[in-house]
Amino acid sequence: MLNYISLLAVPLILLLIPLYALIKKVPLYETFVDGAAEGWTVALKIMPFLVGMLVAIAVFRSSGAFAALANLLSPFCRALGIPVDVLPIALMRPLSGSGSLALTAEVFERYGPDSFIGMLASVMQGSTDTTFYILAVYFGSVGIKKYRYAPAVGLAADAISFISAVIVCRILYS
Amino acid sequence: MLNMIWFALLAVGITYALFTGNIGAVTTAAFSAAANAVKLSIELAGVLCLWMGLLKLAERSGMVNIIAKVIAPIAGWLFPSVPRDDPAFFAIVMNLAANFLGLGNAATPFGLKAMERLQQLNPDPTAASAPMITFLALNTACITFIPTLVISLRAASGSANPTSIISATIMATTCGTIFAVIFDRLLRRHYFR
Repeated sequence: MLNYISLLAVPLILLLIPLYALIKKVPLYETFVDGAAEGWTVALKIMPFLVGMLVAIAVFRSSGAFAALANLLSPFCRALGIPVDVLPIALMRPLSGSGSLALTAEVFERYGPDSFIGMLASVMQGSTDTTFYILAVYFGSVGIKKYRYAPAVGLAADAISFISAVIVCRILYS
Repeated sequence: MLNMIWFALLAVGITYALFTGNIGAVTTAAFSAAANAVKLSIELAGVLCLWMGLLKLAERSGMVNIIAKVIAPIAGWLFPSVPRDDPAFFAIVMNLAANFLGLGNAATPFGLKAMERLQQLNPDPTAASAPMITFLALNTACITFIPTLVISLRAASGSANPTSIISATIMATTCGTIFAVIFDRLLRRHYFR
């Protein structure tokens, strides 16, 4: 049922917005093209911010520092009752969506998607978004230089989501 | 803060690579990430054009104002400094709805549109405003009902029941979002007095 809604959402929006505009006698195609022209400008504007963010994350990850950090933190994890295997996902999730998805795929391969670790990895991957991508792209697109407390709120929310994921999975699946 | 995080990622990475003899990999990764970033923004351009075009239709037809009025009570509480029937709310609602449904690439264009409108209301255009940060908090915590990407990955990995994680995801993401809103409130009071 929920999947069905997800599947239908885009086609429905693609139909309803033009339909309403048609009823209101808005010149459909000209207006659409007029708006679409902005898309390109926005894409160009966010490009340098993406380059900066993705390069820094790639350097951190490829150097082996990321894996070392995960190693360093694993004793704390064990103490808190968080399975060590999902720690890299939790650390990667705010930095890179494709990176954490790859780590989730690795967990699936090793433990299976329906194992406790697999379920937990799925919930972690699904319950937050890539905080640094959102900060870089959203603020970059309008030229904001001072982020104020936005990274703090974003990262704290990620941490809470992960802890909640562990607690919820422990209650539901183990 | 972002300046420091950015520098720390680079400095820690490069220092670590120097000591572990991984420095060659760093160079390759940096160049390929730069190229990937450009590829990503070009790919995004197509989707951006599509949704920006639809948004313009929604604006001109007045659909934007109807949605803004419907959500005014909640929006007024979350974004007290934004006028109650502001067009920004349409983009915000569409962005959050896209996130609910796990439609990642539809969420970004609406998010960017919302930022553009919030920037017009921003008294200091170089610094993030309170409503912008609230919006980003909602976005990064990202209340999700259908994590489409994870479900398809689970299915591809041979899960017997790929959608079984939906209820747990809703619970975890709701906790995260509630916390994000509260934390944002507390910090807002501290920064904008």
